Amino acid sequence: MKTETSAVDINRNIGDFSYDIEHAYDAGTGLSEKTIHYISDLKEDPDWVREFRLKGLKTFLEKPMPTHWASKDLEAIDFDKIRYYLSGGVQPKRSWEDVPEDVKRTFERLGIPEQERRFLAGVEAQFDSEAVYSNIKKAVGEQGVIFVGSTEGLKNHPEIFRKWFGKVIPIGDNKFSALNSAVFSGGSFIYVPPGVKVKHPLQAYFRINAENFGQFERTLIICDEGSELTYMEGCTAPKFNTATLHSAVVELVALKGAKLQYITVQNWSENVFNLVTKRGIAHEDAEVKWIDCNIGSRLTMKYPGVIMKGRKARGEVLSIALANDGQHQDTGAKMIHAADETTSNIISKSISIGTGRATYRGLVQVPKHLKNCKNNTECDALLINATSRTDTYPAITVRGTGNAVQHEASVSQVSAEQIFYMQQRGLTEAQAMSLSVNGFVNDLVRQFPMEYSVELKRLIELEMEGSVG
Amino acid sequence: MRQTGNILSGPVESRDFPDWFREQQRDAWKEFESLPSPTRKDQLWRFSSVDLLDLKPFRFGGTLSDKDRDAILEQSRGLDEVAARLIFAGDQLIQREVISEQLKKRGVIFQPLERAMVEHADLFRKYFMSQPAVLGSARFAALHKALVSSGTFLYVPRGLEIDLPIEIFHWLHGENASVFPHLLLVTDELAKVTVIESFRSLDRSANGRIRRGEQSPEKEQPEGFACGVNDLIAGPGAKITYVCAQTWGKNVRALQMNTTTVDHDASALSLNLHLGGRYSRFESLSRLIGEGGRSDLLAVSVADGEQEFDARTLQDHVSPHTASDLLYKNALDDRARCTFGGLIRVEPHAHFTDAYQKVRNLLLSDDSEANSMPGLEILADNVRCTHGATSGQIDADELFYLRTRGIPIPVAQRLIVTGFLNEVIQRLDQPAIAAHLHGLIEQKFGDR
Repeated sequence: MKTETSAVDINRNIGDFSYDIEHAYDAGTGLSEKTIHYISDLKEDPDWVREFRLKGLKTFLEKPMPTHWASKDLEAIDFDKIRYYLSGGVQPKRSWEDVPEDVKRTFERLGIPEQERRFLAGVEAQFDSEAVYSNIKKAVGEQGVIFVGSTEGLKNHPEIFRKWFGKVIPIGDNKFSALNSAVFSGGSFIYVPPGVKVKHPLQAYFRINAENFGQFERTLIICDEGSELTYMEGCTAPKFNTATLHSAVVELVALKGAKLQYITVQNWSENVFNLVTKRGIAHEDAEVKWIDCNIGSRLTMKYPGVIMKGRKARGEVLSIALANDGQHQDTGAKMIHAADETTSNIISKSISIGTGRATYRGLVQVPKHLKNCKNNTECDALLINATSRTDTYPAITVRGTGNAVQHEASVSQVSAEQIFYMQQRGLTEAQAMSLSVNGFVNDLVRQFPMEYSVELKRLIELEMEGSVG
Repeated sequence: MRQTGNILSGPVESRDFPDWFREQQRDAWKEFESLPSPTRKDQLWRFSSVDLLDLKPFRFGGTLSDKDRDAILEQSRGLDEVAARLIFAGDQLIQREVISEQLKKRGVIFQPLERAMVEHADLFRKYFMSQPAVLGSARFAALHKALVSSGTFLYVPRGLEIDLPIEIFHWLHGENASVFPHLLLVTDELAKVTVIESFRSLDRSANGRIRRGEQSPEKEQPEGFACGVNDLIAGPGAKITYVCAQTWGKNVRALQMNTTTVDHDASALSLNLHLGGRYSRFESLSRLIGEGGRSDLLAVSVADGEQEFDARTLQDHVSPHTASDLLYKNALDDRARCTFGGLIRVEPHAHFTDAYQKVRNLLLSDDSEANSMPGLEILADNVRCTHGATSGQIDADELFYLRTRGIPIPVAQRLIVTGFLNEVIQRLDQPAIAAHLHGLIEQKFGDR
């Protein structure tokens, strides 16, 4: 099975890059029970996991595409042409020197330190992240934190993870959660013991590096009573000629009094379908907070949710979406209030540039007989060009007299006066525009961890280039 | 020609309509039969109790007894001063107070539909159901088109302003009866008119009132079905005010489909008061097709018992420099449900749009439910669009304040609800109509 990795082949055309790597394990294209057995055999899955996968496949095949409400663009995904499992035996040799000049320049301008640039570029990503991962693992391991991959988690710690696996997001939640349930591999399984406060954020970095490869990572994080954790993920993919699919499932469980924060900066290349299901359960007094930034991908559909199951639980979604030419960022949030005195907050800001389209889709539910539940939703959209598009589709259900829900949305553009004022002060129009856009998202970005807010601001500056005039 | 058969048997061939109209009705019927019934999975029917729209029991309105006719005429009281009045019972015109000769001479046309389609065929054909029903009820619009047998055609010529409101009543009478009310209002350049339509059920019970605690009074009320269309066309610079006062009986299932077209510098204001019916769905499409056009969409509903109100709206900005403003308020008690699904759509090139949309729900009981889906679709820039949706309950401080003034809780609650709804009704800026609508709301409170 194992083959040697060929030499590196760089595509310099677009500033994206790819490596021609022969993968040692390849489930081939298309999806059938054979694919599932291939993956399960390789991973030496316990029987119940194999069954879980098969059930996922069945559900996936049965469910229709949700195009009655979602973008018709979904029909462009050819499930028969996708590779559902790839894994390299030997790490490919790659070096910083192999990265194209323009990509290096981009990193230069992003101001990302070289060590981090290598990480972001995906150069020696495996190597680097393995190292980072090991360091973190050692530090938190002493506190009793379990931080493993999905395969290892299900195999070695079933007593912890099986209880919650597939419970926050059942197989049949939607077509893509079913697909993930069938073919998942990779991702992080984390358990934080009671009272443990993890100081440093745990990180994971996902890349899609093979053409037509769908990435189906599965993450399950359990914060036991009174514990605290921040988890960050970043995503990039080199650009290929054909569309790629990313479909992850992320389940979070915050037990009594726990605090769990999940941060995503998504910068997939512009031909990735990013269809992700993310949901958390917050028990009594617990807090689940999603920070979600979507900058890349062709179509993103992602609505992080929180089920507030215990008294005084809190849920929060802070979301920034930037839709440039040809992109559709279909993002939002779901807040399910299921106990008294639960509070939730959604703040969403989107920017549409060129022919980009940003959509907010929200769901807020307050069932009857609950008391003192509160939800606040704010969606602001900024339109940069005449061809830009933005949509807002919230759905709010409230029963009973004890609760308060408010939703507000606005759409605006950078005012000509603002731009004129800044040009008076010697800024170019592009600089002024960029400054205004950063001002628009500033109050949200400030709530992000420092390194992310700096990077995000610069990413926005880059995206804004050439959008004016 | 009256028919008493089931409505699902199709259009009545014996009716005395022009051939082209009968042709249209046959086509519409085919369309109705080909379209599937809505399900909750359709985005436009989300949260809606579609199972209540079973049409099998309903039949065409039967003959009207003299006693019922007298009762209807006696109860058809709305505004004191009107420019003209039409009263329909079971889609049959039973009384007509015509417009003054003076207005007639100046070119106002105010006729029942079946006459207008003969005497003013060109005008009628140009505007009659010319916009497709895009808010979910294509099937019911086809049903209406196939079965409509009467209604109102009103044309106001260029530059003419009619000061007093024009009043129209639609009555539903009899067990399992159905009606298909229609209003086609066309205003030419700079014309001005106010129309108020009342939708009512003839109630045979002693005092026409139902009190809480009585043994299942809802069962005693006749079942009924109403499927109405009103199309308002505001020509350049014209000003239309349209008021709907819906007080159907407790067991009526009603659908009302509205299209408002606003040309340049014109303005249209519509206010829909929903008090009656078991299930009442209202679809409103406002199309702003000329620069300087403005549309105000207002609605008030008071829901109690098992009532369900379902409102779907689209503010469609086709032309640049247009404005629209929507304000919907619902007060919900008992096990009532309200759904609002609204969209502001700014078409490409409709720059400098100013659009606003606000929904407020006041929940008065633990079993009431409010669903809000305010939406925006913006395909142009240089726009100002905002929407807001809130759901809450009576403020405890406000209630406390009134109690310290010696006002009992039920009265205080009623005062607060009335105040909450009054903000919408005030926007009419027509005191006589506002007083009439408040009277209807008071009556509903009194019935409890």
